[in-house]
Amino acid sequence: MRARISSLRDHVLARHLAAALLGLVVVVMVLESVSDYRNTQLASMAYLGIAAGGLTVLTGLNGQLSLGHGALMAIGAYTSALLLPDNESSLPLSVVVLVAVVVTLAVGAAVGLAAARLHGPYLAGATLALAVAVPGIALYFKETLGGEQGLRVVMPDIPVWVLDAVFFVTGQDLTRSRFTAYVAWLTLIVVFVLLANLGAGRTGRRWRAVRDDEVAAELAGIDLGRARVSAFMVSAAAAGAAGAILAFTVKLAAPSAFTLTLSLTLLAAIVLGGLGSLAGALIGAALLTFLPSVVTDIGTDAGLSDIQAAELAPLVYGLVMVAVILLAPAGIVGSLRGALLRARARRRTPASAEPPATGTTSGTGTTTDPHADTTETAGTTPATTSKGTAS
Amino acid sequence: MQQFLNTALTGLTLGMVYAAFALALVLIWRSTRIVNFAQAPMAMVTTFVALVVIDAGHSYWLGFVAALLSGLVLGAFLERVVIRPVEGKAEINAVILTLGLFIVLHALAAVVFGNRYRSFPAPFGLEGITVGGTTIALNGFGIFTIVSVLVVMGLLVALFRFTDVGLRMRASAFNQEVARLLGVKVGAMLTLGWALASLVGSLAGLLIAGGGLVHPSYMDSVVVFGFVAAVLGGLDSPLGAVVGGLILGVSLSFVSGYVGSQLVALAALVILMLVLTLKPGGLFAQAAERRV
Repeated sequence: MRARISSLRDHVLARHLAAALLGLVVVVMVLESVSDYRNTQLASMAYLGIAAGGLTVLTGLNGQLSLGHGALMAIGAYTSALLLPDNESSLPLSVVVLVAVVVTLAVGAAVGLAAARLHGPYLAGATLALAVAVPGIALYFKETLGGEQGLRVVMPDIPVWVLDAVFFVTGQDLTRSRFTAYVAWLTLIVVFVLLANLGAGRTGRRWRAVRDDEVAAELAGIDLGRARVSAFMVSAAAAGAAGAILAFTVKLAAPSAFTLTLSLTLLAAIVLGGLGSLAGALIGAALLTFLPSVVTDIGTDAGLSDIQAAELAPLVYGLVMVAVILLAPAGIVGSLRGALLRARARRRTPASAEPPATGTTSGTGTTTDPHADTTETAGTTPATTSKGTAS
Repeated sequence: MQQFLNTALTGLTLGMVYAAFALALVLIWRSTRIVNFAQAPMAMVTTFVALVVIDAGHSYWLGFVAALLSGLVLGAFLERVVIRPVEGKAEINAVILTLGLFIVLHALAAVVFGNRYRSFPAPFGLEGITVGGTTIALNGFGIFTIVSVLVVMGLLVALFRFTDVGLRMRASAFNQEVARLLGVKVGAMLTLGWALASLVGSLAGLLIAGGGLVHPSYMDSVVVFGFVAAVLGGLDSPLGAVVGGLILGVSLSFVSGYVGSQLVALAALVILMLVLTLKPGGLFAQAAERRV
């Protein structure tokens, strides 16, 4: 039994699939037990989580920033809206999601090929331009993209076999918003399994190598440009899926939903959760979903007007983002994991009298984190590459 | 023909503002290797400071000076308090930090100054000047825009070329270690660099706002245009930033005049992608690219 568990530990795909199965059970239990309103909220959490998951892979594993994931989501959402114009459309939702992913991937490839091959802030700047440019496209092509009002998304009827299957498992009738929430969370699980596998395998290792030391990575035979562009494209694909789910959930694709603020708050979510960690992305997405109403209520209680109180949530995101980078650059998940490892190292050292090299870091604690995998992007990498070399 | 000329003139005026903004980005990039995405909300905040002063019954010029001074202080403060801890660390952290500042300043301005459009006065007439019977698209404020940006650029050139402080700033931007060994207070120079950049950014903010509407997000697209202009010029060269700003201003003005104003940001994106693909070192790059 023990051997089997440890082999599960060693086998990455099996571990991820087991986690996905566990996640699925939790999702079914939660979605079945909450109201329609909460189901819609949870569906929004799912699409934010998918987009944040894609972004955290790009930023955490490859060390690049995208300020345009909101715009990439817009492309996914508009694609879905164009595919689901009325009730007659017979496309299954999975196909709609796939098409949205492919279209977003194409746009991501165009931007990524231009910007991601370069070192430095170019990808951040180009994606920022994307974030500002995309809403304008919807306004310019009013006839096809609906201008300021946006496009309505008509969800197809729930397939009969799904209704039957859900009734068979849960004994409850499936409402439409619960169906949407199921679609959202299933997509999230699929995307996360794919991202986790990619990140744990050879591709992820290359991304991390490029992030940590460009020269060493290139000496090891890694094509820097290809690694960067592939990371951005994978990330863009996730954003496309997130956009499709957004369209299903909100039932509208309108430019006002895809402001620069959306892109920036996604970044805040992954910084808070911990860069590079999918669990962190999910925590961040939960905060983005549930924090605003709490903060806004506090604001209105403190005597602010509704409009002012609505700005408190982004204020909190921004402050938290600054504080996390300055104080705990590994984010929630990274800090917890680091603390856990330090505690474990401390417990082990006196018992088995290991060489002091592994134990000493726990004493000083703050600067050298023993777990390299989570602190990576954060402040520990010395900046040898950027300073003073350019002339 | 007349429309062509007027579009070009509008573009030139706008280009001057983009040039100023690009210059602000380049100043910070040269000294600290950070692209300060928070430049846009910083300029927005100082413009609101000017608006508050003007709305309190004081003259436009008092507001103008107040905005520039508050830009100076804000830049120095942010560098010293927020940015300093991450200087020399992984560059992504610094960028994330500027984006965090972006959100914070944005939200703060919306809470303090209100999340609505407010009109901003202009000190000069906004009527086009008449030349030989036809009105051209250059007004008093446009001339003021061009002149003030030129004056600021001239002052900056004078500062960097002819003064001791300017030499020290260039030294600390060129090589921090060596500058420090030679007795330059590098930290103070970096703070000064940020302060000056923030001042130039504030000027750009005031010039964009003049005679128009201000809103917490009215500078968001300008940071994109400033970045594109800076990349056009090579991100490292102040002169390149100015030329890049002018080229971008004129091109975007033509897109706006002949295609549609909604596509201006898309055009900026396309220009950026073309530059990055064809000449990633900027239009004036001569030296070989730095490998990796």
